[in-house]
Amino acid sequence: MADEEDELPETELSYDQRKEIAKWFLLNAPAGEINYVAKDLKAVLSDEEVYNEAAMEAFPVYNKSHMICLEMPSRAGDVIVSSYSEITENEYLDPRTAQVAIVDHVKQICTKVRPANDEELPSLYIEEYRYALDAEIQRYVSESYPKGMCAVNCVKGKDTEGPGSDFELVVIITAMRLSPQNFCNGSWRSVWNIDFQDESQVLDIKGKLQVGAHYFEEGNVELDAKKDFQDSTIFQSADDCAMAIANIIRHHETEYLASLEVAYSKLPDNTFKDLRRKLPVTRTLFPWQNTLQFSLTREVEKELGLGK
Amino acid sequence: MEAALGLLRRMPPKQSETALSALLSLIPQHSSDLLSQVDLPLQVLRDIESGKDFILCEYNRDADSYRSPWSNKYLPPLEDALYPSSELRNLEVEANDIFAIYRDQYYEGGISSVYMWEDDNEGFVACFLIKKDGSKSGHGRRGCLEEGAWDAIHVIQVGPEEEEMAQYCLTSTIMLSLTTDDESSGKFGLSGSIRRQMKMELAVADGHLCNMGRMIEELEGKLRNSLDQVYFGKTREMVCTLRPPAEIVQMRLPDT
Repeated sequence: MADEEDELPETELSYDQRKEIAKWFLLNAPAGEINYVAKDLKAVLSDEEVYNEAAMEAFPVYNKSHMICLEMPSRAGDVIVSSYSEITENEYLDPRTAQVAIVDHVKQICTKVRPANDEELPSLYIEEYRYALDAEIQRYVSESYPKGMCAVNCVKGKDTEGPGSDFELVVIITAMRLSPQNFCNGSWRSVWNIDFQDESQVLDIKGKLQVGAHYFEEGNVELDAKKDFQDSTIFQSADDCAMAIANIIRHHETEYLASLEVAYSKLPDNTFKDLRRKLPVTRTLFPWQNTLQFSLTREVEKELGLGK
Repeated sequence: MEAALGLLRRMPPKQSETALSALLSLIPQHSSDLLSQVDLPLQVLRDIESGKDFILCEYNRDADSYRSPWSNKYLPPLEDALYPSSELRNLEVEANDIFAIYRDQYYEGGISSVYMWEDDNEGFVACFLIKKDGSKSGHGRRGCLEEGAWDAIHVIQVGPEEEEMAQYCLTSTIMLSLTTDDESSGKFGLSGSIRRQMKMELAVADGHLCNMGRMIEELEGKLRNSLDQVYFGKTREMVCTLRPPAEIVQMRLPDT
């Protein structure tokens, strides 16, 4: 089943081509729907080997990009699977409990945890900032998101012992609402990169929000919205930074939600009109019955030489 | 086949072409079923002779050529191709003219085409198509859309006349996608498709075009409203469920 040369007949696909197609379907599944896609995909492929290999390659990418949350055993809480918390492909750090979760991507579960070792954890200096920020973000998330999860990871400079160097923390907020019985699923993902710049004593903040929703009862409609943000604040003590950052995040996210609402409210009368009006300018239905009108139009057209 | 359709329902609507061609290559034995059950954004060709664009679909295709509703010729030219009878062709011509006016009234631009052909039951089938590019660079009058596409496919089966009445069975599919991009809301995109059917028995005396036209107008209106209120509305609801609008959000101030 290894892949063949290029002279395959058109309808015959190589193993690798089928695998790439399978991966494409898995990777493009909407939030929370990868398992339904997997089921249909298996039926269409009817080839276990191709499916399994595609799944092994696609699931980790999907899980990280959707930042799925997996429950850790012994009620330790949830770990967020993301590229920011990745230690190895199957190991993800939960900085809050200083544990590393070992996960099975295809099954989307956390199989076990182990305590994180020193090289995997940030230094005490960094941890002070990370911890303070995490506490503030948790407060914000629990206030604003009915079912939100968050984490703060250090992605750069985690071994910095004290002031004098730059480091970077990443705040992740993720919320998913899955309602397959109502044919509706949605997800919210925010990623905020906080770059602590020592020399300028400034925190450079970059945010990326992505919201998606999928409604598919007798139809198929998808929302895909995203926005980038930029802000900054001064480098202060860990607690003060944490509060400033959380306020900035809260401010931008709230504003974004409000502007999404505005975009939605403009839809029926403005945006949608550019595609199709609700009614003609005459504000009446089209006069199909009015044959006189048509003859008139036809006469006019003929006169102006507009006919075919 | 069920599974294939299931997959198509879950893939992002904007990627439906890629999804369909992927499926066609995986299960070529089902290609005719897939092609007949799945709608893709409409393609357009220019009829140089009449200087107008026309829409391509299965209903005006023969081999690899497509028949223009304006000149009634196949492009590229085709020998021994299929044509509607002259009586039906007359109706088709009138339908194209009237539908173009309808299209202009509702869409303020765009392209339309109507194709008709006899079916096996002594009736005929008519296909009314509309394609609108509502983006700022296209026919979007208000410049709201960075990108906007509306494709409507209405297929009506008209039964034979019986006691001055005829059965009309309409299947309408709307595919749309719109994207706005501005300072405050960033990139906001909605896309999707829905399909509905409508059956009516109407008096032939009113004229086939009038009957068909009314049905299309009614169903198109219903679908537009449904997309707007129900479908887009549900996604809006979902966003508010994920993160309810914070009416009372207090900024946290440093403890003094």
